[in-house]
Amino acid sequence: MRDPQNKAGKEPAPAAPAAATGPIELTINGEKFRHTGDPEMPLLWYLRDVLRLTGTKYGCGVGQCGACTVHLDGKATRACLIPMAALANQSITTIEGIAGPDDLHAVQQAWIEHDVPQCGYCQAGQIMAAVDLLKRKAQPSDADIASLTNLCRCGTYPRIRKAVKRAAELIAGAKS
Amino acid sequence: MSAKLSRRQFVSVMLTASGALVVGLRPALAGPPPKVPMDMLGEALTSLGAFVRIERNNRIVVGARGCEIGQGVMTSLPMLIAEELDADWNRVRVEQLPYGYEIGVDGPRNRYGEQGAGGSTSIPNGWKDLRQVGAVARWLLIEAAAQQWQLPRERITTEASHVIHPDGSRMPYAELVERAAAILPPAEAVPLKKPEEFRIIGKPAKTVDARAIVTGKAQYGIDAYVGGALVAAIVRCPHLDGSLASFDDAQARKVDGVVDVFAIEGPVPGSAFNTNLAAGVVVVAANTWAALKARSKLKIEWKPGPWAEESTARLAAAAEEALKGEGLSLRADGDMAKTRKAARRTLNAKYTVPFLAHATMEPPHALIKLEPDRALLVASLQDPDDASTTIADLTGLARENIEIRMTRAGGGFGRRLKNDYVAEAVMVAKKVGKPVKLMWSRDDDLRHDFYRPFGVHRLEANLDRKNQVIGFTHLCAATPVAYRNASLRERPANTSVLDADAFPAGLVANFDKRFFTLESGMPRGWWRAPSHTFQAFATESFIDEIAIETKQDAVALRLALLGEPREIDYRGHGGPKFDTGRLAEVLRRCADAIDWKRRRTDGRGVGIACHFTFGGYTAHAFEVSVDGSDLKIHRAVCVTDVGRVVNPLGVEAMMIGGTIDGISTALNLAITVKDGQVQQSSFADYPIGRMAQMPNDVEVIVVPSEREPAGAGEMGVPTVAPALANAIYAATTVRVRELPILPELRRKL
Ligand code: FES
Ligand code: FES
Repeated sequence: MRDPQNKAGKEPAPAAPAAATGPIELTINGEKFRHTGDPEMPLLWYLRDVLRLTGTKYGCGVGQCGACTVHLDGKATRACLIPMAALANQSITTIEGIAGPDDLHAVQQAWIEHDVPQCGYCQAGQIMAAVDLLKRKAQPSDADIASLTNLCRCGTYPRIRKAVKRAAELIAGAKS
Repeated sequence: MSAKLSRRQFVSVMLTASGALVVGLRPALAGPPPKVPMDMLGEALTSLGAFVRIERNNRIVVGARGCEIGQGVMTSLPMLIAEELDADWNRVRVEQLPYGYEIGVDGPRNRYGEQGAGGSTSIPNGWKDLRQVGAVARWLLIEAAAQQWQLPRERITTEASHVIHPDGSRMPYAELVERAAAILPPAEAVPLKKPEEFRIIGKPAKTVDARAIVTGKAQYGIDAYVGGALVAAIVRCPHLDGSLASFDDAQARKVDGVVDVFAIEGPVPGSAFNTNLAAGVVVVAANTWAALKARSKLKIEWKPGPWAEESTARLAAAAEEALKGEGLSLRADGDMAKTRKAARRTLNAKYTVPFLAHATMEPPHALIKLEPDRALLVASLQDPDDASTTIADLTGLARENIEIRMTRAGGGFGRRLKNDYVAEAVMVAKKVGKPVKLMWSRDDDLRHDFYRPFGVHRLEANLDRKNQVIGFTHLCAATPVAYRNASLRERPANTSVLDADAFPAGLVANFDKRFFTLESGMPRGWWRAPSHTFQAFATESFIDEIAIETKQDAVALRLALLGEPREIDYRGHGGPKFDTGRLAEVLRRCADAIDWKRRRTDGRGVGIACHFTFGGYTAHAFEVSVDGSDLKIHRAVCVTDVGRVVNPLGVEAMMIGGTIDGISTALNLAITVKDGQVQQSSFADYPIGRMAQMPNDVEVIVVPSEREPAGAGEMGVPTVAPALANAIYAATTVRVRELPILPELRRKL
């Protein structure tokens, strides 16, 4: 189990006030981690600053933009809103873990096919939200796709729509 | 490099340790003086460093010099090089280049040429110099093959990273690189391909690093963690030009991980801008969360500054007052007094355009590492030149000792043309004595931006008996874009706000355009298609009003004004000429695509607008309906002529993105000021549009063109707001003359 905040491999200092609730153990992309820092730290900053999983982005910090979308036990969740204290024994998947190291998820593949990204900053969040949508709705309607609330400042929405439909096809094709 | 470097030494410099070979793009400065003056050789030969590397496996690595802010230059600029090099695009690998300032033999230069992103100039600039970079590399490879095969170079051709022998056999570039690197580059500019020979330019190319983006591996400035940098967050004074009275950091310092808390001064009011935007209290901590958490625990007393009373309402009133004056005359054609007397009818309208924030998805940030004799900056940038100067000014370091690592940027829209956050990071790093990564929150970003100017347009049209426009007056009172900026201060007040020669200037015999300066403490800057988004809403709404008032067809009226296809003078960026025929063409195509002539009977309305922006011609048309106070956009059509297209997929993306940005902004976005403070601070009160509000598709039509390429980043925005307002009028007969549209529409319905 990795605790990147405890580089020497020692047990966390018992006096550390922020760790008063004890270490938090959780699974991220299939790997087990132990958090010994501030239990109030949102998952977003744990992923970015501690684990250096920088694919999950900061856009607002208050749940409005979706740039930080990850999966918590398989469901799309905004990582900026969940404190580490709420994540004991939970399992998280980030954009880095959505497919195997050399593979692409069907949604990622569709995103490339339709050349969705402009600046690209929102796209990890968009993809995580789309993967979740396609789990719930294998053949999403236009209205289902419009229920995605992730912001894209560059205005890639029309290509996102096409890519979500293409991903649905790819997933259906793989199943049949 | 020493001026005395011999030819042979020059060549050996080009061989890299890894065995990959760099084609000699750097001019052999010590070689015989070229036969033609240096400035005729093109930038590539006189001042550009290495862009092209050929690996042993014949993979070609092309350097991307631009600031990639989502406009696609990391793909399109290398395409220009690869085309002339005749590289196999499918096997090209693109690498982002760092900032290239250095001291050359002739003094300071940028070894990569122009690297900033602004004014849609990346492609026009690259068209001039980057093709030459590829062409020289190809010239050297052919020369090497000619030597090896003992053939005249005219008999050798190239294709897909291979030279082709007259007998049809092919040799990979990689096998010739060593020999090519020993050849002196040609003294004159190398002839470029004819368009019919293009294999890469004009063909759709996908974003080169799309895989890195969709897998979360692409590195943005905000993702840098260099040298164990501490994280800084700043609470900035919310009062325009206000200052710090006192602060209590007792609670903040108790937060685990906090390293230091201190104040930084605001800029000297009126000073040229190379520093921070506002006074503040800085928290430095071990990580972002600790910095943000501690920051929220600060107790701060601020002192309002000279703009304590500033408000949007005051500015609106000041505009009314200002418009009674003489103003700065930008253009005066014909005899306005006589025209007014002769006119059968005169129409007037007033349009109000708000301040806007950029709201880049990736907020401002900067990582700075200062050492006694050097510095490193990693950040998402639009103007690395200015960043370098800013750091040099604040540290006294020589610019050649300031390394700037360029990264993909999470949007730009003009925000990153300012480097206030770089200045802040330097100020903090100097105080802390350690590398610092400065982070801005969304709240910081919306409350401390350089806003697109606010202004009021008053338009008047004088019509003759046949309802022809014989006189046109455009008065505009606005906050100039010049704000604590030394270079802009020297320019006329209307710069980047109102263009003297914008439509319908030059097309109406009697014409009067004047600008009235509104003083304000609100920081201003460039916002995507700066003057064009600001003025086209007024002019293109007003043309629609004239058409309706005089029962003319709004497309026919515009076409009549544009008249015969011809070039007329256009001072300002995008000039020196404006082609009336090209604007008429995008308008006609747009009208056809939306089926303009078909009467809608189902409560839907169609609106259209066209405009000339930075050398590109764009028209938009929307088909909308209004149900209660809900607006639905059923169709969105965007037709553009941006000259020759380098990457069709990229231009389409810019037009889709520009249209969506235009809709999002026109419908809902405004920054307002009250009691000397910006009132918006989150996506709740600055609501960037979401998918549900957007049309399902944007139908983009790109007019095929052989003209010089104009770039595409900004042309897709200016016509959106007026076309939408015109469509809403067609659907409801409610005229919206103030942006943003939806709040105004709700007031009027
Ligand atoms: S950063 Fe989490 S929703 Fe914006
Ligand atoms: S691609 Fe830039 S914010 Fe979505």
